[in-house]
Amino acid sequence: MKKPGMALLALAAFLQSPLAASADTVARGKYLVTTSGCHDCHTPWKMGAAGPEPDMTRMLSGHPEKMELPAPPQPAGPWVMTAAATNTAWSGPWGVSFTANLTPDPETGLGKWTLRNFRDTIRTGRHMGRGRPVLPPMPIPAYKHFTDEDLEAIYAYLRTIPPVRNRVPEPLPPAQ
Amino acid sequence: MKRSLALACMLAASVAAGAREGAAPPQRLADTGLYRAGSMTEIRAGNLPFSPQYPLWSDGATKRRWLYLPPGTFIDASRPDAWEFPAGTKLWKEFSHGRRVETRLVERLDDGSWRFAAYVWNEAGTEAKLAPEAGIPALQVAGAPGGRYGVPGEADCRACHEGAAVPVLGVSALQLSPARDPLAPHAEPRKPGEVDLRDLVERGLLRNLPPEMLGSPPRIAAAAPAERTALGYLHGNCGHCHNDNGSPVPVDLVLWQKARENAKVLRSLLGAPSRYRAPGAPVASAVVEPGRPEASVLMARMRSRNPQIQMPPLGTAEPDNEALALVERWIRTQPQTRKEH
Repeated sequence: MKKPGMALLALAAFLQSPLAASADTVARGKYLVTTSGCHDCHTPWKMGAAGPEPDMTRMLSGHPEKMELPAPPQPAGPWVMTAAATNTAWSGPWGVSFTANLTPDPETGLGKWTLRNFRDTIRTGRHMGRGRPVLPPMPIPAYKHFTDEDLEAIYAYLRTIPPVRNRVPEPLPPAQ
Repeated sequence: MKRSLALACMLAASVAAGAREGAAPPQRLADTGLYRAGSMTEIRAGNLPFSPQYPLWSDGATKRRWLYLPPGTFIDASRPDAWEFPAGTKLWKEFSHGRRVETRLVERLDDGSWRFAAYVWNEAGTEAKLAPEAGIPALQVAGAPGGRYGVPGEADCRACHEGAAVPVLGVSALQLSPARDPLAPHAEPRKPGEVDLRDLVERGLLRNLPPEMLGSPPRIAAAAPAERTALGYLHGNCGHCHNDNGSPVPVDLVLWQKARENAKVLRSLLGAPSRYRAPGAPVASAVVEPGRPEASVLMARMRSRNPQIQMPPLGTAEPDNEALALVERWIRTQPQTRKEH
């Protein structure tokens, strides 16, 4: 009886430790990333046996650097947006936007970003809260309402995913 | 074009985020303590005019600035690059395009936090009222470039001011140094009554400044006068985000001049790889390609006013041609072999 008691105490201590809290936070972040549609645009899509599906070998790595795209069509009438088959490049009145690499790669992803950089980006709709505007279709007007705890969880989860070296291109200005 | 405008408005709306932090500022500029009671022109005694030697480019606006410290308080300069301002500190900056358009207020509250507010003047110049928290993206102002003037939202204020070690950007050892740079773009000669480093110390309003900083006032070390001016301009216009002592953006570019050393600045500029790659460019360029301004990312981003490219990203809709000429001259004179290690 003594040994199981000690084990329970140890388990309780572990569950209250920062490490356990961090695991909870990461799990919460994974849940939010999965249910908030992040993969829809930040994981490139490929054609699978059952139709288009996210290519999880490039999970959350944004628009593929090496993908060559012709100039986007200019839709007429009430149509305003066009998306590439990967769902990572979007053309509209703002020009062409490419979804960001959210993996922790230090040079091409969020590896050097702090929690504050990430939180300020989502809150303000500017890169790191002070750089260029984040472009459509990123749903900043919805996501800016995430709580601080939610954003911390998402950030914590994104630190744990495999880094992918993929330098996403800069956005293109609107066609003149 | 209409669709672009609509999208721009959507973006602006999405950028205006969050509730105003802390206590709400007064609704009228008249109630902030800048002017004598009953006047909107006579500055209240005790509000000290000053002018930084490397001013921020604000699309050609004429600017005036004042500093207020509560009676009996002082700025603690123990940390030469991060002065400690007392609770109750206020700083105002007035922007004019032929007439007064806007006055901004930065204030330190009792709990140590900082409050930011913008006041918009009426055309008659008789009243200035608190701007909406989200700012005003395009105020109609006849004298402003293109007839439009942007009033920053509170988040915009914090975006720039809270990137530095201290949110007060224009009152520092370098900016108020008596050794002013005579070539600095848009700097006006110091006017009578304006305080500098020496005045603040003599009045007891600045204490614990390392004595050598008065004997040998801060001055950017540079190989030539044009280099000193170019680095000073980058300090005043870019250093609040590109620094290594505040809450910097995660890039390696350091443009904030410390009071005692600046080796990092040149090292992060000359021949340093830039993470930015222009659309269609096969390879990255350096921030500054010595001798080649046309190939330097710094020039391209300073020159652009495409919101996706321009630097600074906030607070300006017109490129600063005088500064572009200055920086271009400086880069052109750099030997292509120059590197700083």
